[in-house]
Amino acid sequence: MIRDITLGQYFPGNSKVHKLDARTKIIATIMFIVELFIVNNFYGFALATATMFMIIKVSKVPVRFMVKGLKPIFIIIIFTFVINVFMVDGTILFHWKFITISYEGLYRAFFMAARLILLILGSSILTLTTKPLSLTDGIEKLLRPLNKIGLPSHEIAMMMTIALRFIPTLLEETDKIMKAQQARGADFESGSVIHRAKSLIPILVPLFISAFRIAQDLAMAMEARCYKGGKGRTRMNEIKFTRSDIYASVFLAAFLAMIIGTRYI
Amino acid sequence: MKSIISVENLIFEYPQGEECEAIRAVDGVNLEIEEGSFVAIVGQNGSGKSSLAKNLNGLLVPTSGSVKVKGIDTKDDETIWELRQNIGMVFQNPDNQIVSSIVEDDVAFGPENLGINPLEIRDIVDEALDSVWMGDYKKKAPHLLSGGQKQRIAIAGVIAMKPSCIVFDEPTAMLDPQGRRDVMKIIKELNVEGITIVLITHFMEEALQAERIIVMEDGKIVMDDSPYKIFDNIEKVRAVGLELPVIIKLISELRKNGIDVPKNIFDIEGMVNYICQ
Repeated sequence: MIRDITLGQYFPGNSKVHKLDARTKIIATIMFIVELFIVNNFYGFALATATMFMIIKVSKVPVRFMVKGLKPIFIIIIFTFVINVFMVDGTILFHWKFITISYEGLYRAFFMAARLILLILGSSILTLTTKPLSLTDGIEKLLRPLNKIGLPSHEIAMMMTIALRFIPTLLEETDKIMKAQQARGADFESGSVIHRAKSLIPILVPLFISAFRIAQDLAMAMEARCYKGGKGRTRMNEIKFTRSDIYASVFLAAFLAMIIGTRYI
Repeated sequence: MKSIISVENLIFEYPQGEECEAIRAVDGVNLEIEEGSFVAIVGQNGSGKSSLAKNLNGLLVPTSGSVKVKGIDTKDDETIWELRQNIGMVFQNPDNQIVSSIVEDDVAFGPENLGINPLEIRDIVDEALDSVWMGDYKKKAPHLLSGGQKQRIAIAGVIAMKPSCIVFDEPTAMLDPQGRRDVMKIIKELNVEGITIVLITHFMEEALQAERIIVMEDGKIVMDDSPYKIFDNIEKVRAVGLELPVIIKLISELRKNGIDVPKNIFDIEGMVNYICQ
């Protein structure tokens, strides 16, 4: 089940978007998200949606794949939509007993839903086209200026790399522990939600212990391979800012200007 | 021959807090390992062989006595990285020693730590992966590989640091028979290339392939000789609680039954030649 979530997954490919520097993509994503909150009318959303689909097209990630990624948050989108439709006062369009739908409510609901969908699409295009390792590299480089105020950027990136590496290992470990307990009669599937949640506690204890054991082994292996922190360390794949990153940045700036422009239409 | 590792009066204790007495894992070990040799260390669980191994590259520091690799003392904090570059270590659990989620990035981890030029790292990594026959798996995710393949990646990660000696701490304990054979084959190839091998193992068949076997019991070295001489003394090996290799059992049974197997035969190949004569 956990494997079905596309948010945070990588979609292997060789498109122009895949090849961009991770830093460009991270900044672009952050800006795109900010812009979604600057937008306040139909034209802005049309522009943002068009741009989003253009980027998806260029990245060659199948649209079907992206839509699948929206599924887990579908309920949230519906929920915000409904809340907005019924809760916002304004010019009444429809009235029946206690249900009132206003023009403003409908308007706001559509914008909210569009905003959420674009937000998810925008951030998933980042993770879908960037390898987890380039992503952590990018974050490390972007955070490096903050080293001066004592933020350990290398350590943060290393922690993220290791976390990503050990997700499958810990899933396997969880599976093993659950099977071992099921073999001794543990029941994880029946009973109320609270009952089921409680039956998960005995899994957590051995899981934590095994995580600590793995951490200890790994620390020793890393030390044996001369890991001594970020100082004096080189990287095999240095991330590079290329010509296409410049084009992407220009495109991004133009998009930002246009989005701000739509506010005055 | 010049010795690469010299251990003098090594005592190592795991501290247990104030009230309990410390547990002595290694108790007065003296050991010289020659450059380019292939040494196996065997012993039961708790005999101190793993603690001894971790003392060899300064992961554990002697309580008393000294360990020197190429003349560098493991106690010296300033030269510890140079020492660890010289003496690599492969651990038992292949999963817990792979750092990165892409094979080639993991192999690059060591050279990156040494601060080698990125262009050179690329060549080193390719070469290291080829030498463990994993060149085709460069871009794969380690968790999708088999245990034996993962262990080979871990070995490549150590080779990439260009060590002159590699300590293997029960590298085959968690592998299936095929993975075990592959790893042993690589270990022997590395030895032929001139890398000193220290192999800690539970499997007597593996120890038999070394040129020298050290048997440990209760933190002490009780036997230290060539495999041929060690297994000539079957009673003593049994007394230490070790399982004899099948081939040695066969030879001893044959002798009991009046067949005079020559003394210089102690491996499968020699036995086959002898029988086929």
